[in-house]
Amino acid sequence: MTTLLEVDSISVTFDGFKAINDLSLAIASTGLRAIIGPNGAGKTTFMDIVTGKTRPDRGRVLWGEGGMNLVGLSEARIARLGLGRKFQRPTVFEAQSVAENLDMALKNPRQPLRLLLARRTAADRVRVEAIAEEIGLRAHLTRRAGELSHGQKQWLEIGMLLAQDPKLLLVDEPAAGMTVAEREHTTDLLKRAARTRAVVVVEHDMEFVRRLDCRVTVLHEGRVLAEGSLDHVTADPNVIDVYLGR
Amino acid sequence: MTIAPAAALRPRFVLAGNPSVLWALLVLAIFTLGVSFLSEGMGVGLISTSFVKTLGKTLCLCLAAVAMDVVWGYCGILSLGHMAFFGLGGYAIGQWLMTARTTEIVAQSLAGQPLPPTPRELEQAVATQIFGVVGADEFPWIWAFSDSLGLQLLMVVLVPGLLAGLFGWLAFRSRVTGVYLSILTQGMTLALSLWLFQNDSGLRGNNGLSGLQNIPGLDGWGQATLSVAFLWGSALALALGYVLFAWLTSGRRGSVIRAIRDDEARVRFLGYGVEGTKLLVFTLTAMVTAIAGALYYPQAGIINPGEVAPLASVYLAVWVAIGGRGRLYGAALGAALVSLLSSWFTSGGVPDVPLGFATIRWTDWWTVLLGLGFVAVTLLAPKGLGGLFDLVPRRPSRRQGDWGPDDGAWRREEG
Repeated sequence: MTTLLEVDSISVTFDGFKAINDLSLAIASTGLRAIIGPNGAGKTTFMDIVTGKTRPDRGRVLWGEGGMNLVGLSEARIARLGLGRKFQRPTVFEAQSVAENLDMALKNPRQPLRLLLARRTAADRVRVEAIAEEIGLRAHLTRRAGELSHGQKQWLEIGMLLAQDPKLLLVDEPAAGMTVAEREHTTDLLKRAARTRAVVVVEHDMEFVRRLDCRVTVLHEGRVLAEGSLDHVTADPNVIDVYLGR
Repeated sequence: MTIAPAAALRPRFVLAGNPSVLWALLVLAIFTLGVSFLSEGMGVGLISTSFVKTLGKTLCLCLAAVAMDVVWGYCGILSLGHMAFFGLGGYAIGQWLMTARTTEIVAQSLAGQPLPPTPRELEQAVATQIFGVVGADEFPWIWAFSDSLGLQLLMVVLVPGLLAGLFGWLAFRSRVTGVYLSILTQGMTLALSLWLFQNDSGLRGNNGLSGLQNIPGLDGWGQATLSVAFLWGSALALALGYVLFAWLTSGRRGSVIRAIRDDEARVRFLGYGVEGTKLLVFTLTAMVTAIAGALYYPQAGIINPGEVAPLASVYLAVWVAIGGRGRLYGAALGAALVSLLSSWFTSGGVPDVPLGFATIRWTDWWTVLLGLGFVAVTLLAPKGLGGLFDLVPRRPSRRQGDWGPDDGAWRREEG
């Protein structure tokens, strides 16, 4: 299995607080991966660094077969390389329709001048409808995203990620605030997406991680504490000590 | 499936997809033809030439307001410096108007001499005539193209375009947003106005450029006819600008522009270069505002550095806020209404109100009234005057597909 993303001993300090401390981990090009850890373990900072929002003090983030270093690239550039991110709080464009939200995310030329002259093609519309079907929002395409329920917004955001057709999907707490039925739908969506690409789920909720049934990385104080199957890491005495034991 | 999804993104011609554009153009055409018919220059003479000029100037302000609405209402950049570009457009066209007009006059007065003047003598005489007030007798370098209408017209869009491009590149690249950006734009227009106030700026200091209402080569027309011609020119510019901006704010590009307004960081994670798109919108609106200024000042007759004072740009934002952000006709409506009311109140057209202990003179109290109006609109009608159009009952749109049998689905009676 080839490596898609390799985080190589990154560190970042905020006002003297070491949010990430010599963190290294590798993500394969297909499949699911869960990253868990208590509050302040550095999960969100890790995503910020990989997506270009935060610059690490030290270390490299290597991407793809060529081993391109993502550190120092802009968020937009990294997103165009094939890295999609879903935020914890659903962030969709509430003033615009579901269809417009998906259309914006479609994998199309994104340079300002190309965007200026862009036309929505028939293929774009077919793609938008297919994604809407997949996320269960086909009947809501013309509605404003702001009118959707919390769970529907989460799916719309996942749909926007799928529309981007990224090689790697970074998903931050996708199940937060969802009902049991909504959680199941979300799990299915992520598992289906992981068949053809890498999906990294940052999660708090152990039950949800169990349902994902994938390799788990436990973060603690900005470094990897344990890695392996969920059963393996939950049996690890260190993990029990810092996280599960509480 | 209760709604036909295929319709959601069907590409439509901008005008057909947005009936408000056609309505706006229709109203503008009727207005222009109506004023022409009632004017002294071409019609029955019910509207004085000076009022035709006021109306023509108002159309230019509407165009500036529509551009402001795109940059602020759609793209979320509260620029409090767009009137600087308006003024620069006016200065650029004013340079040609003054040079050409003064050359005509000086050539005429020198024609009686026994020896015809050499080109050098003529140029010096023209320069002394124009720059004598600031104690200079040579053309400053920024007047290098002032003898060519074509080049100076190019300067109308090029100079403000370059300034906006440079300013925007520096500001957006450093990710200055929100109120800090607004303060920077105020700084830009203040700096420009202070520079223009200097005598050695090369643009006649606080005298500004004057006599712009006389169009060289069109002496035979007379101001009455010229005023109608400029009204038409301004209306045409407004119409073209309106269609351009309706196009810019439609489709996927419009979607992305509005998305930048609502959540810039999220747009970055979608892979769009936010800075480039903002720069494009900022520069394009600056250039259109400059064109509006180039049409405004020949109707006003004079431009001076006070025109690019920070307050002018604040007024522009107030017009757009009162008219309604995020809809082009709202901005145009706000600019027309407030600027016409403003000139009515400040020209002494409204009678004073004696209160016994004091007298309300509207020339002084108009700004208070405007301020109260601004507060009232913000509190009572956040969508602005344009929001009133939402109250017009709409015909339910025709739908496609089957009539749904489910509860809550569309029934035949509704369609």
